[in-house]
Amino acid sequence: MNALSQWTEPAQTTRRGSPADPSTEVSVERRTISRRNFLNLAVGAGAGAALAACGSSGPSGGPGGGAAGGGATYWFLTGQPGEAIRTNTVKRFNDANSGTQIKATTFQNDAYKTKIKSALGAGQAPTIIWGWGGGGLKSYVEAGQVEDLTSWFGENAAVKDRLFPSSFGAATIDGKIYAMPAETVQPIVLYYDKRAFDKVKVQPPQSWGDIMDLVPKFNAAGIAPFSLGGQSRWTNMMWLEFLFDRIGGSEVFQAVFDGEKDAWSNPKAIDALTKMQELIKANGFIKGFSSITADSNADQALLYTGKAAMMLHGAWTYGGMKADGGDFVSGGNLGYMNFPPVDGGTGDVSDTVGNPGQYLSISSKATAEEKEVAKKFFSTAVLDDAEVTEWINSGAVPIVKGSESKLAGSADADFLKFIYDTSANAKVFAQSWDQALSPTAAEKLLDNIAKLFQLSITPQQYATNMNQVIGQ
Amino acid sequence: MTTLAPPVVQRDPATPTTGGRGGKVAWMALPALVMFIGFGVIPLVGVLVLSFTSWDGISTEIRPAGFDSWRAVLTDPGLPNTLWVTFLVMALSWAVQTPLSLLIGVFLAGHQRYREFLAVLFFIPLLLSSAAIAITYKALLDPNFGLGAGLGIPFLVQDWLGRPGLAMGVIIFVVSWQYIPFHSLIYQGGVRQIPRSMYEAAELDGAGRVRQFFSITLPQLKYTIITSSTLMVVGSLTFFDLIFVLTEGGPGDATRVLALSMYKLGFQANLMGPASGIAVILVLVGLALALLLQRLGGRDQTESQLEGG
Repeated sequence: MNALSQWTEPAQTTRRGSPADPSTEVSVERRTISRRNFLNLAVGAGAGAALAACGSSGPSGGPGGGAAGGGATYWFLTGQPGEAIRTNTVKRFNDANSGTQIKATTFQNDAYKTKIKSALGAGQAPTIIWGWGGGGLKSYVEAGQVEDLTSWFGENAAVKDRLFPSSFGAATIDGKIYAMPAETVQPIVLYYDKRAFDKVKVQPPQSWGDIMDLVPKFNAAGIAPFSLGGQSRWTNMMWLEFLFDRIGGSEVFQAVFDGEKDAWSNPKAIDALTKMQELIKANGFIKGFSSITADSNADQALLYTGKAAMMLHGAWTYGGMKADGGDFVSGGNLGYMNFPPVDGGTGDVSDTVGNPGQYLSISSKATAEEKEVAKKFFSTAVLDDAEVTEWINSGAVPIVKGSESKLAGSADADFLKFIYDTSANAKVFAQSWDQALSPTAAEKLLDNIAKLFQLSITPQQYATNMNQVIGQ
Repeated sequence: MTTLAPPVVQRDPATPTTGGRGGKVAWMALPALVMFIGFGVIPLVGVLVLSFTSWDGISTEIRPAGFDSWRAVLTDPGLPNTLWVTFLVMALSWAVQTPLSLLIGVFLAGHQRYREFLAVLFFIPLLLSSAAIAITYKALLDPNFGLGAGLGIPFLVQDWLGRPGLAMGVIIFVVSWQYIPFHSLIYQGGVRQIPRSMYEAAELDGAGRVRQFFSITLPQLKYTIITSSTLMVVGSLTFFDLIFVLTEGGPGDATRVLALSMYKLGFQANLMGPASGIAVILVLVGLALALLLQRLGGRDQTESQLEGG
């Protein structure tokens, strides 16, 4: 009970602070969780406590009785713990619906991103398409490849209402919903190894200046200050997302997203890019970072094996470090915090960035029967109670209202509360840049970020290169 | 690819019943022709057409776009670097592979039993898929968890794939490691075709081993070298899987070859038009190089008894 009341507290804080902050109007629709949206969530959460108690069966019914003998296909990502949880959900659905089976196929993250596109283009897409929403989903929508689910959500309000309202931003293109938000909310978190900080006798950074001060101390102790899987490129991007925000606020990238001319040349942006290169030049990242990939989880391994002291990474890596890191997580050695402020920056320190959810779309090329199966899957199996529990046990916050009461009982209660608070209290929860932008602009972005981290281009050259693809 | 025994090549025009036999032979070429047209010519035409369109690879709508894609490809500031990297991979992998596979091929041409045993061992890398090789090398070369860190050998603890020069070196090394066995096999076959009488005559004249190698083996292998070089040079244009898994074209764009650029444009940036443009460039460069190499070997190839076809 005590823990439960703790959970309602941040919600009230957000409610108090919410009235008419102009910045919350920025891009709420498309890609951010604003305070206003989280207000909805908070209201839902208050009432949801009661709902969670009785609504254990989840939204019942769903459309149609289910066409017998049909089947659907579903492609999703590998990588634990998510892979097992997704597989279990499919299995439960198949066990409960002997007539309508879903056949699942799994892919590695980066491979999936291209595989799904070529499958869509070739008319070979699965019925259910796992995705990140945002710019990628928009490209599917523009190609007419995914179902408009707006009316379905209208008819099945119970399905929609039990999910975080903020999660629908990246599923909504031009006012229509094209995907079912699923799984978990995943802000990017600054992780640190408490053992390393004890060894060097320093405190976790409270500002960018602290970070720059810590770098030589850790290097002198033979510990890399930061782990980074730089070959994956989007890993580098997370750094820029926070630096841009902390230095100039969310409006700096918003201008890029809105297609403003020369938005990357904003002095705040140049300042962020310059600071980024200063950290790289100061050997802030582990040696060889540009040949490490995130898909292999080697970046996480560097943190839990004590080779690196800190790591900026998605909330989803907590589960991986818990599973692979021995007693690193269970022994209380893992610290975590939101990205610290940059001295003199104007950004809100509560802002965060990451994935407001994961997204399931239905292929418009699927047969009516397959679509029915998919919709039934959405309404009866996706984020059902068992799946919610599994996500929480893996150390993640599912996007289901009322699930926060379950968080406190979890073995990872502290981390889950941190993730929940970070998401709920964020003034702006921005979607990852590469997911928010169109695939064309995202590829150029990642390419130039890799070069920036390689120190082969200057901040000015980066801005010039990127200004060319603004609005594409 | 395999070296042909001379009589087979030369018998054909000499046969008296040309009409009947010729018809039969043409009919036998049909399956190959169908495959070539179906999987070679038609896609090629498709790519050429696509290079004049605008398509994101996802929608069913392909819009004609004139020379837009070509303009985008040819004015891309990254193009000179990509071409240079492609050329570098081609030249270096040729320069490393040719002498090594030639020497190994000559060595393996001997009929001693231990050499035949070694030939089997040398052949193993060729049996592995490029992706598997790349993943293995990536793990071995990892600066934090790889071979160097594991065995405590400081020299091996380098940022192998994170520095432009080193990454290029690693790629050349792995490519060579993978393909030298294949080219050795070609040379082994070539060397075994050289009439033994030549060596016997040379020995009578008092030529030593080295002299025999440079005066008999090397000139007699002329067409084998051209065949092997053509395969290496044209093949290097299409190195994709290995580089993609090892470095993804990185660090920065230090190992971004044309084939990788094509993939990234087409399948990651959703720009199928410009990607098709690069594909056409690849085909043209490949054809030009193959023609050039054939010319280098003299026009009338049938004169050779030792051509590797």
